[in-house]
Amino acid sequence: MPQLTDLLFYGFAALTLLFGFLCVANPLSRNPVTSAMFLVLTIISMAGLFILLHAFFLAAVQVLVYAGAVMVLFLFVIMLLDLKEEERRKLRKFTVGLGAVAVAAIAGILIKATLSAVPLAAGKAVEGNTKPLGVALFTQYLLPFEILSILLLVAMVGVILLSKKELK
Amino acid sequence: MSDMIQAGLQHYLIVSVLLFSLGLFGVLARRNLIVIYMGLELMLNAANLALVAFSHFNANLNGQVMVCFIITVAAAEVAVGLALIVALYRKRSTAHVEDLTSLKY
Repeated sequence: MPQLTDLLFYGFAALTLLFGFLCVANPLSRNPVTSAMFLVLTIISMAGLFILLHAFFLAAVQVLVYAGAVMVLFLFVIMLLDLKEEERRKLRKFTVGLGAVAVAAIAGILIKATLSAVPLAAGKAVEGNTKPLGVALFTQYLLPFEILSILLLVAMVGVILLSKKELK
Repeated sequence: MSDMIQAGLQHYLIVSVLLFSLGLFGVLARRNLIVIYMGLELMLNAANLALVAFSHFNANLNGQVMVCFIITVAAAEVAVGLALIVALYRKRSTAHVEDLTSLKY
């Protein structure tokens, strides 16, 4: 008998893949706003998978940072650019077909590699709560953590510079 | 048989591979810069899923710390990338890769 967690895994995995597919290749609409909305749904179903993997903090961060901040940024830029033209353009069938073949080949190789790997025996579960993650971030990973804050500062300065009307 | 049904590391990795392929397909097939960016985000998320799955099944937090870093870098990358797209749109009035061929010819 499958456990409840397994059923939840299959549900969330199916939702993630379905929404991901609708994000990149929606047969009904090529509007970027639709894609962005399906990306939000993909990310939220992935947060469900994270919870099944006991990564509670990351699930929360996933929803807050990706579904919140990053997607707002995406939608903001889409609204700013006024991309109505995208829907009128025809997709090139040749490009799409070739892309699909290449991607299917890569996916086939990776899945074969995954299936031929020796499965890990499930160890005792670690809880990805805020406290153990924070301890790890501020002890073992302190230097990368500080470098990341510099990276964020650099990104902020870069974005401000790029968004200025003209460079002096 | 119950091993096949029970969600193990390989199940999560296969979901991750499929999600990565979807993102890659988006990058290859779509012609709008913003949608290409969404494909990139899908690929990053697929890598995150693989890392969290490894972290869980190895009973080790390092993978989750890595995912924290990846999320931060992805946020910075999206901010810079979208600013570049806006700057490009301001200059060329298009966000369509087929119109941006001045480096090609």
